[in-house]
Amino acid sequence: MRGFGAVLGREVRLALRHPADTLAAVLFFVLVCALFPFGIGPSPEILARIAPGALLAAALLAALLPLDRLFGAEAEDGSLDQLLLSGLPPSALAGAKALGHWIVTGLPLLAATPIAAAMLNLPVEAWGAAMLALGLATGVLSLFGTAGAALTLGARRGGVLLPLLVLPLSIPAVIFGAAAIEAAAAGLTPRPYLLLLAALLALAAPLAPLAAGAALRGE
Amino acid sequence: MLEARDLACWRGDRAIFAGLSFHLEAGGALLLLGANGAGKSSLLRLLAGLIPAAEGELLWEGADALADRVAHAGRLRYLSHQDALKPSLTARENLEFYAKLWGGAVAAALQAVGLADLAELPARMLSSGQKRRLALARLALAPAPLWLLDEPTVGLDAASVTRLGALLATHRAAGGAVIAATHLPLPLPGARELVL
Repeated sequence: MRGFGAVLGREVRLALRHPADTLAAVLFFVLVCALFPFGIGPSPEILARIAPGALLAAALLAALLPLDRLFGAEAEDGSLDQLLLSGLPPSALAGAKALGHWIVTGLPLLAATPIAAAMLNLPVEAWGAAMLALGLATGVLSLFGTAGAALTLGARRGGVLLPLLVLPLSIPAVIFGAAAIEAAAAGLTPRPYLLLLAALLALAAPLAPLAAGAALRGE
Repeated sequence: MLEARDLACWRGDRAIFAGLSFHLEAGGALLLLGANGAGKSSLLRLLAGLIPAAEGELLWEGADALADRVAHAGRLRYLSHQDALKPSLTARENLEFYAKLWGGAVAAALQAVGLADLAELPARMLSSGQKRRLALARLALAPAPLWLLDEPTVGLDAASVTRLGALLATHRAAGGAVIAATHLPLPLPGARELVL
């Protein structure tokens, strides 16, 4: 547990020293959302109609950006060997990495959600549901993404392989997340969809670190 | 304490080494010698449990060392070719992370490698020799019975080699064992040599 906290603290500290990585993901998210009004036209109804799906897709793509450096940077400077020999089980190491990725990428995306939601003309009543849905969905992506990053570590085209591996796995998160936001925008309760999303997160939380740990051990 | 029996390591379909046996007692030291590509680094990684052995077995106190790799990791310190430092963290912060994992005093470890004055400098500002010393400071944090060192003196000045000698002597006097791969003379009196 002490090791888990140490790895997590190190992730956050490194992200604070390099705020550009986090900032790049947030700007990417906002810019992708800003592209939709340009492409589709400023018609408020159509924008509000596509807003839930666009928010989810943009957030997951943005959260994907720093993933290939998650273990890649550690492997390059030799830190990965030290982390694997730190006395922490590889699955716990992967769990700390996944939580770290969510804190330094997922949380800042949540903070930018109101800006993106406003540009997509999402009704203000649905903003709370949108933040909850994005929080859970980026959590799922952090977990699956960590497993993907561990599996593609050392692969020649790892950066290309990673999205191909992770994005199909996040389809359920997009479906339930967008449904939650749509429900809230229509004045219904988003609760059942958020619960399904939370169930997905609860499933990924033990499985993805185990898979990532096994992949790291095999390196 | 550590015994290797008929170890073999393959890279692709080519054997790097095979039929390698040695044993190491508490306080003992083993120097790995050999040309570039002879497999010194691979052997150290294998002994650390980072890569699997193609054949043979590794025993710790008579029991299979790699059966529980997390427990095996707890008995050793591994100094790789790379210094495993984060350039944006200061020397002290780099070491503090490992101190949280293993325990030990950061200030004393920095003192032991002569970096006490540079503790607050980001690692990217250190020279390559100073980075190597900061990597070596990990050894001085908390005791572990087995040190695996890959070219520990690369880039070190004479004073730093002397300091490393003191670290090694203290470690061996406390019953620790050392396996080091090197091309340069190391301050390891009485070390046995293994030519790969």
